[in-house]
Amino acid sequence: MSNSYPVTVTINGKTIEKQVEPRMLLADFIRHEAGLTGTHVGCEHGVCGACTVLFDGKPVRSCIMLAVQANGHELTTVEGLAESEDKLHPIQNAFWEAHGLQCGFCTPGILMTLVPFLEENKNPNEAEVREAISGNLCRCTGYQHIVDATLLAAKKLNEVAE
Amino acid sequence: MKPAPFEYHAPTSMDSALELKAQHGDEGKPLAGGQSLIPAMNFRVAQPSLLIDLNDIPELRHITKPNGANGASAVHIGSMTLQSSAERDSLIAEHVPLLHEAIPNIAHPQIRNRGTIGGSLAHADPASELPVVALALGARFRAQSSKAERWIEAKDFFAGLFATTLQAEELLTEIAFPTKTARTGYCFTEVARRHGDYAMAGLAAIVELDANDKIAAAKLVYLNVGDGPVDASAAAASLIGKAPEAAAFKEAGRIASQEDMHPFGNVHATPEYQRHLSAVLTERALATATQRAKAA
Ligand SMILES: Cc1cc2nc3c(=O)[nH]c(=O)nc-3n(C[C@H](O)[C@H](O)[C@H](O)COP(=O)(O)OP(=O)(O)OC[C@H]3O[C@@H](n4cnc5c(N)ncnc54)[C@H](O)[C@@H]3O)c2cc1C
Ligand code: FES
Ligand code: FES
Repeated sequence: MSNSYPVTVTINGKTIEKQVEPRMLLADFIRHEAGLTGTHVGCEHGVCGACTVLFDGKPVRSCIMLAVQANGHELTTVEGLAESEDKLHPIQNAFWEAHGLQCGFCTPGILMTLVPFLEENKNPNEAEVREAISGNLCRCTGYQHIVDATLLAAKKLNEVAE
Repeated sequence: MKPAPFEYHAPTSMDSALELKAQHGDEGKPLAGGQSLIPAMNFRVAQPSLLIDLNDIPELRHITKPNGANGASAVHIGSMTLQSSAERDSLIAEHVPLLHEAIPNIAHPQIRNRGTIGGSLAHADPASELPVVALALGARFRAQSSKAERWIEAKDFFAGLFATTLQAEELLTEIAFPTKTARTGYCFTEVARRHGDYAMAGLAAIVELDANDKIAAAKLVYLNVGDGPVDASAAAASLIGKAPEAAAFKEAGRIASQEDMHPFGNVHATPEYQRHLSAVLTERALATATQRAKAA
């Protein structure tokens, strides 16, 4: 039964092609096959949000999807956010400035949840931000700095847009 | 790797999916959003030998305009319709307000972006929102096999903990949700420890008023307090003919929580607490549904 399938996906604009077993989770594909270890795995059953990536532009849990299901689709991981090593995405800058992270384990999943959220919600209030990240666990910050960073990110994004 | 090995098929048409189901029966497990199935496979609680992935079958993703004669009018939703698409759909918002109100309570946005309407109903988790909505509205389920098709009433679809009356060779392909009716108000409400978590208690309430603003019909269906969605028929019956007022609502909450339901309790709530929450939520849901019925 060790059948394998060809998978072609575009991750952060780069197309990669691999042969994988259908039981390979998308999170493991991203980390081990594509070598992009920015996507973290915490619980591996859909609860913590650490593994969140954009699948055709929408945030999903990569630990409860099969890699074969991404065949022909487009993914964005946290590595796809910054323009270059010294030019971070405005949301990343906001997290830096407002201390939106401590150990950083949850951060990739939180950023990949917030990018589409802030595209749809230009001026969110604190309650909306808390709801947006309700599916992401952070064991360090107590969330307050994440919320502050998100509100700052919204401001920065609006400035960029002006 | 987390899941045990399995064979994988991703048919691109209904016919080939039904053919696979006919060939493999219970061994061929449908994969919808995977938001319940894959976690179970990661724990190896589920070890299906063959997966039939339904994601590449466009016919299974649709939301139709209400159709059917008066009284039987319904919005038909393809089983593979994403929870997040249904959440944003204007037809559902307008014609099936109870479903529209319930969906945002299902898990988190990332999960609703993969999870499907049909997957949640076929999973039949007593803690889930959609079975409660389907039973309250009297939704109908279309089950198809390679040879036949039938429509199953909601009350005959759910068959206990994580069980339905779908047969081994059948797929759930569509669900018909009855559209709202005149002088009728709908309300879905629940309490969870954190937005998006499975709720400790919650219900769907439907109230229909007569010409004198008395209660002509009522429906109360609860989540997480039994082995499936719990229809509190005694509590609903107590409301008929009464003025929609606080005393009647309180009594209905008492009957529902003390007589109609048998909560198991869980790590977050004892059975007593679930009864308490259910009673309080009943009063709130009935008040809201009544207000909405007056405006409808
Ligand atoms: C962290 C987390 C929190 C969650 N919180 C909630 C919550 O609060 N409320 C809630 O309701 N749900 C919750 N869920 C579950 C989520 O809503 C799932 O999407 C849903 O239960 C299953 O739908 P699915 O499309 O993902 O189905 P899958 O997981 O793919 O399938 C579920 C089951 O149904 C069967 N099945 C699927 N489609 C069909 C079909 N067409 N015909 C026959 N059988 C079929 C499958 O074989 C499987 O047995 C949560 C999930 C996670 C991971
Ligand atoms: S690792 Fe995917 S949700 Fe926790
Ligand atoms: S910063 Fe450590 S888990 Fe969030």
